[in-house]
Amino acid sequence: MTTLTDPPQGSFKVSMLLNDTRYRSYTFQFIALILLIAAFAYLGSNLAYNLAEAGLNISYGFLGEPAGYDINQRLIEYTSQSSHWDATIVGVLNTLLVAFLACVTATILGVIAGVLRLSNNWLISKLMSIYVEAFRNVPVLIWIIIIFTVITAVLPGARAYLGEDPDVDLTLGMFAFTNRGIYIPAPVLGSGGMAVVVILLASIMAMFAYRSYAKKLLFNTGRLLPMAWPSVAILILPAVIAFYVLGQPITLDTPDPLANRFNLRGGIQIGAPLIALWFALAIYTGAFIAENVRAGIQAVSKGQTEAAASLGLRPNRVMNLVVLPQALRVIIPPLISQYLNITKNSSLAIAVGYADITATLGGITLNQTGRAIESVLLLMLFYLVISLSISTVMNLYNRAVSLKER
Amino acid sequence: MSDTHAHSVAYVRETQLPQQPPPTIETGAVKWVRQNLFNGPWGSLLTLVSLYVIYLILAGSLPWLLNGVWTTSNIRECREVLDGATGGCFSVLSERWNQLLFGIAYPSDQYWRPTVAFVLLIAALAPVLFMHLPRKLLIFTGLYPFIAFWLIWGGTIMVPIVALIGVGVGYAVYNRYVADSFAMGFFGGVAAAMVTWWLGGFVIGAMPGFIALEAVPSRDMGGFMLNMILGVVCVSLSLPLGIMLALGRQSSMPIIKWICVVFIEFIRGVPLITLLFVANVVLAYFLPPGTNFDLILRVIIMITMFAAAYIAEVIRGGLAALPRGQYEAADSLGLDYAQSMRLIILPQALKISIPGIVNVAVGLFKDTTLVSVISMFDLVGMIRGPILASTDWNGVYWELWLFASMLFFVVCYGISQYSQWLERQLATDHR
Repeated sequence: MTTLTDPPQGSFKVSMLLNDTRYRSYTFQFIALILLIAAFAYLGSNLAYNLAEAGLNISYGFLGEPAGYDINQRLIEYTSQSSHWDATIVGVLNTLLVAFLACVTATILGVIAGVLRLSNNWLISKLMSIYVEAFRNVPVLIWIIIIFTVITAVLPGARAYLGEDPDVDLTLGMFAFTNRGIYIPAPVLGSGGMAVVVILLASIMAMFAYRSYAKKLLFNTGRLLPMAWPSVAILILPAVIAFYVLGQPITLDTPDPLANRFNLRGGIQIGAPLIALWFALAIYTGAFIAENVRAGIQAVSKGQTEAAASLGLRPNRVMNLVVLPQALRVIIPPLISQYLNITKNSSLAIAVGYADITATLGGITLNQTGRAIESVLLLMLFYLVISLSISTVMNLYNRAVSLKER
Repeated sequence: MSDTHAHSVAYVRETQLPQQPPPTIETGAVKWVRQNLFNGPWGSLLTLVSLYVIYLILAGSLPWLLNGVWTTSNIRECREVLDGATGGCFSVLSERWNQLLFGIAYPSDQYWRPTVAFVLLIAALAPVLFMHLPRKLLIFTGLYPFIAFWLIWGGTIMVPIVALIGVGVGYAVYNRYVADSFAMGFFGGVAAAMVTWWLGGFVIGAMPGFIALEAVPSRDMGGFMLNMILGVVCVSLSLPLGIMLALGRQSSMPIIKWICVVFIEFIRGVPLITLLFVANVVLAYFLPPGTNFDLILRVIIMITMFAAAYIAEVIRGGLAALPRGQYEAADSLGLDYAQSMRLIILPQALKISIPGIVNVAVGLFKDTTLVSVISMFDLVGMIRGPILASTDWNGVYWELWLFASMLFFVVCYGISQYSQWLERQLATDHR
């Protein structure tokens, strides 16, 4: 096409850099590159000058120094003598923890709300619409603060649970809901406890193996093995039997109202900030996921359901074999980007004082050491790695499920 | 035949029976209730559970709402008036509404200015939002940024006038040369506007008090007004930037393409809060020594870049959704790149992208609350900071957060409803 309109090959003239379509794009790119380099050089020289002026340098040495602050909610050992790097790792793990919890909860909430919004029941579908609209249209920061306020202002203090004759009894004898957080029983592994856990993990794998075998058998021979009851049995029975055979090696460490005069001892404490962040992210993102789920189900044309029914499939099998596989193709990509949003929104932890990476590295460490550039760069790098890995997974998935037409 | 039949059958009906009304359980309200509320045991159970939930919510909130106190001046008086009864201390709203809406430092005798700017904003948006309004109104939309700037920030009217003249001169130069080449018109226009502004700087310096409103510095902006300013400014600025990024990402020139890809993916990969940290503590290191432009401007730059990256992805989707034939048709008409984009591709691509752009706009407007984390006093910052921390209103949570949620809900729900309406209006394919 271009050969017709382009001038014949001849001697190169400077004006062709601007007027000839063959060379013009090189000119533009060259200009863009020069501008980019100039911009970076300008910013870099400003940076060098400003740092020299303030007597600073770029160095990550501060990460090895003692942090000097405490973190209540942590998954690994950490004291105020630990280094800033340890604090960063605690922050990373906390970010991943709240993101994971919120993703799971948001998915459950979103799927329930999305399906119920399509329900024949007028009242429940309207209620779900109200839920979706109310939570989608109010900033997540406000939800986080509201839920945090509910916990800290409405729930009783830990003191109410203490003593021989407490004001409030432990729920079911093992849960305590206080304004500092929720106390849940902690499992304690005795001798042989590990074996039970291993057996449980093995039976989970065995369950999936059985299900995939049953599916393969169905697709290959048309023979249908029962799915639901054997799955439950494989999952639960071996672990329960092992638990009793080994003499109940796993016990629960429940919060003890009598051990201490000022606070509950024992059990696992889930801090109020973590709960606020977890629930707020889950409910907020759940509203978005509900919309994705609804759109996905509605995207499967009615003809598919009817065709499956006319083949004689029962309703639950229509759902499992025909509707869901097609709906998931529509639902999963936006679902994964919602997970990404949850991870990024978990940086709002700083508003309620949950020690995620933004609050440790980007908050206290930054303020204490004054290493703003290094801290913010490291922070961005962390989130970039997470986002890029999630979008890689998404691209792989998309490639795997994309319709292979012609 | 009928004769033989008549003999063999004992009785034949010769008249039609009058139509019976359907059974009562199959008509009207009863049928509706049966189908929509008590449809099988599960449906009935769900209905009962929902009714109970609704009852719980109403029982908890109605007494609190209806028994609210609106006239006291602090929380202790409010509790005295309530005297142990359930009720909201809504007097925090009637006493502090000005701080919630305009921030703590905006001079109270000047509240009319942001209010007028807000009303004019609606007038300026109307012709953009509703296609059937006369196109002449767009002139006012073009003038609006200058008017709003003058109203909100104050100072001499010469600043917006010079800015406007600069834009006018630039546009005239662009129009004069665009026929020759788009690049020439564009850069000529930018240069002409720059020169005008530079010259205008002297004029402004010469008459600082010419029709001047009281100047309000940026740090005095706060409350919901700050959310509105950030939202409106950043969305409008990020649209052209996003279009350029999207076109750059689709470009066939590898260097330009990769610059855009890296920018978009970087911005989309980090949370807005880290960008706000950059605006707050890092950006100053990268500027020439001595420059000290204010936080609100730095935040606007960062949020605009953030929104532009998301809008670019939405528009890229729109560009990708256009059939290849449209690009080829534009080429075959002999249009150059700028013309084909401006006249053929973008109008269609933008139309497809409208719902996505509106989603980004709503999300961005909600995200403006994040500036409270870097200690700016927007609506959320205002509530958490000066109001809840004051001895007068320490402990009035629900009233304040309900108010904040309502404000955001009204705006965001309104925008998304508009977007759905527009989608129906723009649906030109009747399939």
